[in-house]
Amino acid sequence: MSSFAIEVTSLSKSYGPVRALDDISFSTGRGELFGFIGPDGAGKTTLFRILTTLLIADAGEARVEGLDVVHDYKKIRRMIGYMPGRFSLYPDLTVEENLRFFATIFGTTIEENYDLIRDIYVQIEPFKHRRAGKLSGGMKQKLALSCALIHKPVVLFLDEPTTGVDAVSRREFWEMLQRLKAGGISILVSTPYMDEASLCDRVALIQNGSLMAISTPAEVVEKYPLGLFSVSSSNVYQLLHDLKAFQPASGAFAFGQTIHLSFTPGSLKEEEVNAFLTDKGHTNISVNRIKPTIEDCFMELMGSEVAKSEYQHITTKERP
Amino acid sequence: MTMPENIIIVKDLVKKFGNFTANDHLTFEVKKGEIFGFLGANGAGKTTAIRILCGLSYPTSGILTVAGYDIYSQRELIKKNIGYMSQKFSLYEDLTVFENIRFYAGIYGLSKKEIEERSERLLERLDLQTARNKLIADIPLGWKQKLALSVAIIHDPKIVFLDEPTGGVDPITRRQFWDMIFETARNGITVFVTTHYMDEAEYCDRVSIMVDGRIAALDTPANLKEQFHVASMNDVFLRLARSKVTTEE
Repeated sequence: MSSFAIEVTSLSKSYGPVRALDDISFSTGRGELFGFIGPDGAGKTTLFRILTTLLIADAGEARVEGLDVVHDYKKIRRMIGYMPGRFSLYPDLTVEENLRFFATIFGTTIEENYDLIRDIYVQIEPFKHRRAGKLSGGMKQKLALSCALIHKPVVLFLDEPTTGVDAVSRREFWEMLQRLKAGGISILVSTPYMDEASLCDRVALIQNGSLMAISTPAEVVEKYPLGLFSVSSSNVYQLLHDLKAFQPASGAFAFGQTIHLSFTPGSLKEEEVNAFLTDKGHTNISVNRIKPTIEDCFMELMGSEVAKSEYQHITTKERP
Repeated sequence: MTMPENIIIVKDLVKKFGNFTANDHLTFEVKKGEIFGFLGANGAGKTTAIRILCGLSYPTSGILTVAGYDIYSQRELIKKNIGYMSQKFSLYEDLTVFENIRFYAGIYGLSKKEIEERSERLLERLDLQTARNKLIADIPLGWKQKLALSVAIIHDPKIVFLDEPTGGVDPITRRQFWDMIFETARNGITVFVTTHYMDEAEYCDRVSIMVDGRIAALDTPANLKEQFHVASMNDVFLRLARSKVTTEE
């Protein structure tokens, strides 16, 4: 038996001229919480659909719990739970009916696996006679997760479970994932929110169908090749404008109330930034060396490739 | 010094659906030319309020003027003077870039000559000339979002409503989009924006946070952080919204 929950080798998938997945390889361990971090259109959903046996790749191989996604698809389907990005439950069935339906088709009952979903389901149980289509976004998400768990899957696939979800509910959702992980379930989760990366054991940063990095969040941060200052002054907009034109730096990006200024290590001192900004008329200047966030790392990896790759993504399809 | 004029005035806005109160006596003003962040947890009542401000739904009670027009009797004038864009609905996927521009400009009643001029200027500014005849379905999300904002303000509205405009967008494009928002505001168009990214809340001139149908806080990001003794808008949001999640519905 394989020691991996998921093994992917040289996987590619195109839709016409668009390369959704471009020669992707990675593996995740048993009981690991593995995150795919990247924007919409990066290829996350295509990958999830291949791994959940709903789509066939053009090239490459993928295994879930040692089973091939093409040949052993029936076995895989019994072992996995899948929460798609788009709400996919029956809107005309009630909360309880949806859950019972999913339990039944997997040959089990709500009662048998209630322990697994209790934490999540108790929050929506007061509304169990309400139709799923009438639930709020946060409630739908909890019901979808309950339905994906009711047959006690070995591997759980969650495709953008927190997209469009507010900051408080997002935090609670991740607390739930940590509890599931503690229960031994292998989890593959995707998200466009960079700040969620630090909550995963390991992450893959994905952009335009390619993996830019695969490692622990701490390693992603360690591998950041540049120096980084957090800079603030009384006028943030002018500050961003001035720092973007500051030649010695490699990049300037807004992060809330401060600007993150990146530079070749050793090439720039706090005092030089300070002097430059004083000269530009800024007041209350503060320049501090900081550790990068995953978002800094993601942007650095995207780097100057952004414009180029976006052009490549523009297809040749034109109106006659 | 003259006070900036209020472009949106909301007094005691109440909206009920059956016995559920989605908006519970909202009172606030939006100043002309500011970037106003409209935050709140899912289900707090933001969408309901935005639909009313855009003239798409009547309030149960309250006094509201948008762009100087009355929400009950001058809805068509309001619609002519506002722009709207969301992540979910912005452009027609099976029309080309240029067809989308022409379509929206036409709907807003621009003349043929104006449409010609403005679309050329817009394509040039967004560096989209080469993509002019591409289908929207075939261009990257980041480009779509920038184009969608440009199209939403092609008729020079007084206010533009942006409903989660940066959801799912990559971090570089997200920042470029905010550059466009700043430019829009500098050009005198008031920006009314919702977002789940709390760093974006920091970019707003003022922010309101809705909890359970009410406005729980409204001030500049700096004042809100001071008021709650926290370092970031994320913490302000968590303070206000966290205790309320279990009472949702």
